[in-house]
Amino acid sequence: MRFYRAHVLVCAGTNCSLKGSQAVRQRLLNELEEVGLADEVKVVETGCFGLCEQGPTVVVYPEGVLYCRVTPDDVPELVREHLLKGRRLERLLYREEAEKAVQTVPQVDFFRGQQRIVLRNCGVIDPESIEEYIAHGGYEALGKALTEMKPAEVVAELKASGLRGRGGAGFPTGLKWEFAAKTEGDVKYIVCNADEGEPGTFKDRLILEGDPHAVLEGMAIAGYAVGARKGYIYIRGEYALSIERLEEAIKQARKMNFLGDGIFGTGFAFDVEVRVGAGAYVCGEETALFESLEGRRGEPRLKPPYPTERGLFGKPTVINNVETLANVAPIILNGAKWYRGFGTEGSPGTKVFTLTGDIVNEGLIEVPMGITLREVVFGIGGGIPGGRAFKMAQTGGTSGGCLPAELLDVPMDYDELAKAGSALGSGALLIMDDTHCIVDIARVFARFFEHESCGKCVPCREGTMRIHDIMTRIATGRAGEKDLDNLEALARTMTTACLCPLGQAAPVPIMTTLKYFREEYDAHIKEKRCPTGTCRALAAPAATLAAGKGA
Amino acid sequence: MPEVKVTIDGIEVTVPSGSTILQAAERAGVRIPTLCHHPDQEVKGVCRVCVVEVEKSRTLQAACAFPVADGMVVRTNTPAVREARRVIVELMLSRHPENCLECARNMKCELQALAEELGVRQVRFERKLKDHPRDTSTPSLIRDPSKCVVCRRCVYTCEKVQGVAALWPAYRGHETVVVPAYDSDMIDVVCALCGQCIHACPTGAITEKDDTEQVWEALGDPSKHVVVQTAPAIRATLGEEAGLPPGTLVTGKMVAALRRLGFDRVFDTDFTADLTIMEEGSELIHRLETGGPLPLLTSCSPGWVKFIEHFFPELLPNVSTCKSPQQMFGALAKTYYAEKFGLDPADIFVVSVMPCTAKKFEAARPEMNSSGYRDVDVVLTSRELGRMFRQAGIDFEKLEEEEFDDPLGVSTGAGAIFGATGGVMEAALRTAYELVTKKELKELDFVAVRGMAGIKEATVDLDGVKLNVAVAHGLANARTLMEKVARGEGDYHFIEIMACPGGCIGGGGQPIRTTNEVRERRIDAIYREDRRLPIRKSHENPAIKKLYEEYLGEPLGEKSHELLHTHYAPRKRV
Repeated sequence: MRFYRAHVLVCAGTNCSLKGSQAVRQRLLNELEEVGLADEVKVVETGCFGLCEQGPTVVVYPEGVLYCRVTPDDVPELVREHLLKGRRLERLLYREEAEKAVQTVPQVDFFRGQQRIVLRNCGVIDPESIEEYIAHGGYEALGKALTEMKPAEVVAELKASGLRGRGGAGFPTGLKWEFAAKTEGDVKYIVCNADEGEPGTFKDRLILEGDPHAVLEGMAIAGYAVGARKGYIYIRGEYALSIERLEEAIKQARKMNFLGDGIFGTGFAFDVEVRVGAGAYVCGEETALFESLEGRRGEPRLKPPYPTERGLFGKPTVINNVETLANVAPIILNGAKWYRGFGTEGSPGTKVFTLTGDIVNEGLIEVPMGITLREVVFGIGGGIPGGRAFKMAQTGGTSGGCLPAELLDVPMDYDELAKAGSALGSGALLIMDDTHCIVDIARVFARFFEHESCGKCVPCREGTMRIHDIMTRIATGRAGEKDLDNLEALARTMTTACLCPLGQAAPVPIMTTLKYFREEYDAHIKEKRCPTGTCRALAAPAATLAAGKGA
Repeated sequence: MPEVKVTIDGIEVTVPSGSTILQAAERAGVRIPTLCHHPDQEVKGVCRVCVVEVEKSRTLQAACAFPVADGMVVRTNTPAVREARRVIVELMLSRHPENCLECARNMKCELQALAEELGVRQVRFERKLKDHPRDTSTPSLIRDPSKCVVCRRCVYTCEKVQGVAALWPAYRGHETVVVPAYDSDMIDVVCALCGQCIHACPTGAITEKDDTEQVWEALGDPSKHVVVQTAPAIRATLGEEAGLPPGTLVTGKMVAALRRLGFDRVFDTDFTADLTIMEEGSELIHRLETGGPLPLLTSCSPGWVKFIEHFFPELLPNVSTCKSPQQMFGALAKTYYAEKFGLDPADIFVVSVMPCTAKKFEAARPEMNSSGYRDVDVVLTSRELGRMFRQAGIDFEKLEEEEFDDPLGVSTGAGAIFGATGGVMEAALRTAYELVTKKELKELDFVAVRGMAGIKEATVDLDGVKLNVAVAHGLANARTLMEKVARGEGDYHFIEIMACPGGCIGGGGQPIRTTNEVRERRIDAIYREDRRLPIRKSHENPAIKKLYEEYLGEPLGEKSHELLHTHYAPRKRV
């Protein structure tokens, strides 16, 4: 193995790639060649670093200096200053405040508050190198499970860890595995749900781009635990880079016999296949995902039977989210007790969030469960840009609740967020400042659900359309009190009577904005006024409009 | 099976474990409204009208789908349940046209009944219709997606019961419509035109093409000699159109009512059913003697014929060349009957009353004009005839029974049982036995081929000649059997296929509502008719004997080939 004087890590996650990190990498290689450092300095493409807002990001080790917004034109100077002369390039350093440049990664607030278990390798190793994954302890957990533990012990460890499903519903993972393990059947499946469809959520994508082997290892352990020999990864077609890296990782793992027959010299066989979806939101629902994977129209099935009894192709199936599976190897390696050292009693461990909207550090973070919304937004997230006021945070994606400033101190775990009428969900965190109109936001969410309803059950198929209709009327000053009654009746009906979680959750943003921002609805309906001036139809003075419409 | 105790609205009942809440509620005498639920179908759980409260459940549950558990407590009439049901039904109504009075399913519409049951007097959402065009491309069916509530009952029937899968939901969300593949017209897809989707449909989204106006016109035209033939299955079902219970036989009243409508002659398709046995029986014997192709497949059911043309064209040589009884009748009415009574075939107008929507398509096939004219002018379903009776103010029950006219109205029990699955087979066996063995058949009832089992098989001993026969009804069963035949398995000699479950008594043109339970009662009526008739073998029908003497010569003779036999052609598979 070669030793290098320095390593230059270039983020090759989707966000940084879109901002030109590939060109930066190429320029780095050329420049190092030119100055004769090609043998001394290694350029590594990594998965997402998390600081997407500041991308493309480059970190130079051994010092761990973090450079932000690096363009190809910056590269000659960076190479000459830092790598040739040993001086930091001040103008590209990360700045928490305008005057204070932060020197190295551990000093950055953004990283200080984080606890990286799932993202342990993201931004650290080359995701296309199985050797680097192994060097960081990869496949050790699989080896331990196969050679030192019985399947039931693996299940027991997972149960003891308290890990809950990271796709949104929070079902105890160990219990799910136990159900599948106990169901009789020669053929069982492990399915990785990588159909990450919640707008504003991109954690699974970045996990798969940054550390694909972590997911494969988790799947193989799950296969061993429940008695499955085949795994499928159902992934959105839009995630081209994730698909490419997964396919490469599967090839590598097969070659080194972490997949295939006789893994670790035992009798255990397991293989994984990637299946690409067409991007319908509902296919993230596990049974709709099965339908799609089996080649049919993506629509949810009735439950029961649950997937652990009759799932993919009618066989007992464990279906877990990407992030859930990425937690498995560390738990097996370090034990349930270690895992319970993070997070809360009811929600042990960490959670990966994607920060978007009006927040300084848009990007990918991993924090212990139970951290408050305030710590995330104003600590790690760096607060609201431009000194504007925080208005609301939507947790868990488009189907999540919208929480006002009064709830900033809510601990972020499954149970506490549920109490607030929201959900941890997919881990999306959408932050909005006080320039946004709550009615307008809720209208956009309503339009999303109208578009994404699969059309199978009546309350969702028709209800999503009616909710969008009513929200449009409110936003354009054509709504009356009756509309609000209908909105609430629809929301209650859909929440309780829809066939699948998509329909049941679709009214959540409506219900929470009605609960926490009622006065803004009233301003639109009674006064025909949009307090933020966002709703254009209401831009005219309220009095004229009311007179004209006889409202 | 272990039993569980559940409490429904305070009433404790014990039901087999695995029962649904809906089944348990039935046991408790609690009625739960439903729409997408159908007694003959798998649970779909899509309309959500049957939602109920289950203690400790976060959401309401669909009673039709949710399994009971021991100790479960269910409430079916709470404010949350009432609101959800009401909102759901109003959501459906708000997408549905308001023209109930002009709809073929008026008073027989499950959506209408549901709205009434829930006491809907006002719909809170504005009317927003689906602007999907009506499909009038086939001579059999009219599809009106604007009336479709996307309950998927037709989808289930078409795929699972009929094995055709011509209908499927397309598009997404509130734009979802049930349409043929690629949103094509029905005439351009593999649809057999069996009309079973009509029985599945709770509303008027799929109906038969109404041809009553043409018949009224002909009846009112003094230059026309209008004759009518009634299919074997009609006498066992038509009473339901007049409000009589399923299984009521109305042969004589039907004849009387048809005369009241003004038909010049009231004839019987049972007559040509007997004729079919003569021709098809002879064809079977001929094929047995000359080596095939075997198995011989029946050809009476036009939905089945279209199905095999689409899906198993390689087996078309096995299909009997006999026309269906309807088409044999049409050909004879405009030749034999015209000649015998000195009528100009150009003036003869043949109406047939059929249990079947595919018969409309069959009558319009270009090869069905061997008389020189279109052999059958108009096909009415039993529903359309019921409509005409009501329009004419005919009080069906008060009519005195009357007899069919001669000579095309004389028939046997063998012709009558054509209306039930296995009937053609049984009628053929009665005749084939005596023709082959030259002995009298003592036991006329071949019970092995009767009943609602999907595929029935038997081996019949024709005095040393073993005949392997099979009967299938419902095209999914037909598909299973044909796959077997195509693989060269089974060693069958003769197979009867009827497109519709239960045979013609369950046809797509039969009264609403046709369920498997109703089908069983109609089948009983068919066999009562068989037992009632003095002659029960086709070859003993005196009018048939006379027809051969006077006109046709012999079965499979030259005249028969010209008038009574036909050919088939492959159709595309998608």
